Amino acid sequence: MSYDYVLETRDVKKVFPGVVALDGISLKFRSGAVHSLMGENGAGKSTLMKILSGMYKPTEGEMLYKGVETVFEEPVESIRLGISMIHQELSPVPHRSVMENVWLGREPLIKPTPFVDHKKMYDDTKKLLDDLELSIDPRTIMAELTVAKMQMVEIAKAVSYNSEVVIMDEPTSSLTKKEVEHLFKIIRRLKDQGKAIIYISHKMDEIFAISDEVSVLRDGKFVGSYDAKDLNTDKLISLMVGRELNDLFPKVQCPITDVKLKVENLSSAGAFENVCFEVRKGEIVGFAGLVGAGRTEVMETIFGMRKKSAGTVSIDGKTVDIKTPESAIKHRLALLTEDRRQSGIFPMLDVKDNMVMAVIDKYRNSFMKLLNHKQIRSDCNEYKNKINVKTPSLEQKIMNLSGGNQQKVLVARWLLTDPEILILDEPTRGIDVGAKAEIHALITNLAAKGKAIILVSSELPEILGMSDKIVVMCEGKITGMIDRKDATQEGIMKYATMSS
Amino acid sequence: MSGQMKFKQFLGKYGIYLVLVAMVFAMSLMSPVFLSQDNLLNIVRQVSVIGLISLGVTLVIISKGIDLSSGSTLALAAVMAASFGQAGDWAAKMYPGIPELPVIVPILVAMLVGTVVGTVNGALVAKTGIPAFIATLGTYVSVRGLALLYADGRPVSTLTASYQYIGQGYILGIPLPVLLFALMALITWVMLNHTKFGKNIYAIGGNIVAAEVSGVNVQRNLIKIYMYAGMLAGLAGLVLSARLNTGQPGMGVAYELDAIAATTIGGTSHSGGIGTIQGAVVGALILGVLNNGLNLMGVSAYWQQIIKGAIIVTAVVIDMRKNAKKK
Repeated sequence: MSYDYVLETRDVKKVFPGVVALDGISLKFRSGAVHSLMGENGAGKSTLMKILSGMYKPTEGEMLYKGVETVFEEPVESIRLGISMIHQELSPVPHRSVMENVWLGREPLIKPTPFVDHKKMYDDTKKLLDDLELSIDPRTIMAELTVAKMQMVEIAKAVSYNSEVVIMDEPTSSLTKKEVEHLFKIIRRLKDQGKAIIYISHKMDEIFAISDEVSVLRDGKFVGSYDAKDLNTDKLISLMVGRELNDLFPKVQCPITDVKLKVENLSSAGAFENVCFEVRKGEIVGFAGLVGAGRTEVMETIFGMRKKSAGTVSIDGKTVDIKTPESAIKHRLALLTEDRRQSGIFPMLDVKDNMVMAVIDKYRNSFMKLLNHKQIRSDCNEYKNKINVKTPSLEQKIMNLSGGNQQKVLVARWLLTDPEILILDEPTRGIDVGAKAEIHALITNLAAKGKAIILVSSELPEILGMSDKIVVMCEGKITGMIDRKDATQEGIMKYATMSS
Repeated sequence: MSGQMKFKQFLGKYGIYLVLVAMVFAMSLMSPVFLSQDNLLNIVRQVSVIGLISLGVTLVIISKGIDLSSGSTLALAAVMAASFGQAGDWAAKMYPGIPELPVIVPILVAMLVGTVVGTVNGALVAKTGIPAFIATLGTYVSVRGLALLYADGRPVSTLTASYQYIGQGYILGIPLPVLLFALMALITWVMLNHTKFGKNIYAIGGNIVAAEVSGVNVQRNLIKIYMYAGMLAGLAGLVLSARLNTGQPGMGVAYELDAIAATTIGGTSHSGGIGTIQGAVVGALILGVLNNGLNLMGVSAYWQQIIKGAIIVTAVVIDMRKNAKKK
């Protein structure tokens, strides 16, 4: 059978109760090519991927696989046909081994017995990992791997299906630069083998490094497909947001005054040691480093979520002893945690409840301690408008919002506590450019109001663009402190990879 | 990695066995009778009923579920099996018309009854999506009612000799219930560790979304898990009725809780994806040794309950700390 495109969607539409998630999407994917899909969060990429991998059925429109109209009833079917997907949210079974994860659902059996052939499983996994030049023992328990290695196992798993089409949804979100290069090598090999790769990422440099073709979605609609050679970053961003985005990092130099937070010789056994730094009012201190460098752990310790084994923290020159997040909030600290889904949002609650959760005490009436819903509503509305949360109503469940808007709700939650010191751990991870710029503007604004801000980020452009001072960590130690004017990507990377 | 770390890991892995050994040691010091052959056989025979149930419950809990209906299932299986296993010359037979049946009939009846209840549990959990706690709470109540209804609230007594042999007999000096428990433990262990079904149970409990996306038929597997657990509860009913020479609708009250306790003490995590059959066996043995030892020492039944409760909670606290440390 001959076909021009291995996978094709024609006028695909997907309607959820109250929302048109996708409207008239027509895309064509070629074998032996990398086709990137771009769009802000909420543009409909994830929905489209779920349709392609058989998790959702389109409301209207048709899908052609190898030129034949096909309906994917469930994920199993699309896998069998030859479409496999690496999910944005990692989906390993944590307490099982690497090889069991790779062969999950299709374990090799010792025929004709019903027993699993562990030896074949091991050998096949070993060969697969060796082929991809991954040095991971197939018997390792998944939960013991680093996030990056888990990601690589997921990729190996997708490859093992020997699929015609491999969909990669943000595969690099937790990979280091070196690992990304490794992944690109794998992608190029798959491409040479004639596979079609559908690649989703928010990172522009990756898109241009790997893509042959780029398609853009905006607000659930199809904007267009372009040859990657004909695009550049500015053009692509303007296609995605529908307007020119001239300033992603609206850094304004604001007056930096007294020392607000001082951390001296802070250690937490097994996580980091001897961490010293200070943050002044109006200052943004960036924390750079690779995944696992210990930055998040430092922040958790300052915020009372993790036990410190040595060192002191002082606020306004006075030593404080913060042992719980509750007391941290009393000291007017705020921590926007790294993992939005796990430790941020309450998915089943609405936007309003999510916003006021940290300050709910404030809204108790003197009468029987009942909640003052009117006050809650008006405060939430104020912040919703102030930081531009896009939601149909305050009663919308937060899980129905896009990642960027969820993050804004969480920022609002912390702003409602009226903090003096804000710790923002990866505040823009997995968020589209538009929302990113808004959050950056918000951070700058807060600094201008004299707040002390710590910005932990794995994205160097963000660190360089936003920070007044950059602290670099590696393997639980501070390896470098760089002033804004002296900072370069190369300089940061040098410190970030400087193991002692 | 320091020696201390290795020691901690060792404790984490084998701590539960050490607890059992320590308990046996302590009990033998306090009561001279404890280590006698009779008493030890007595312990394992008593353990085998709860043990059989806990094997199935382990699979259920690994899959992040729970089964509250085991005790009721045991009772229904016991009365129904007994009604097909009454001695021919007994005047008050439930079915006076039928002759004395071979022992295979009550065995199959007990297993079938358990499997049917398990299928209902599994179907409720898998197809309606209601929490396993609620689904099996429902069957816990209804199945007990069914047992009372079937036996008309009365015991079904005087069983055939071969039926009684299941609960009272010995092979090579080992009580038959113990052999049955050991056999089922072995089968369940093989199933959990060496078959696709076993891998899928861990996957479903560890990350149900990942299992689904990887093509595991989650619904069908869930139904199979509860079916198997039900079947084992049925077998437990067979053994208990055989030992006592009677099937009673009020049998096995709160056995499900003992089985869950044994499983939990054995390190199976209620957050899913973690657990072993060895753990369940050792957990059941710990409970048995505790009961027996405290009895021998003359500790009141009230105190025994208090101690048992404390041990269950302690086991979980230790287990959680162990898992948290790894992170």
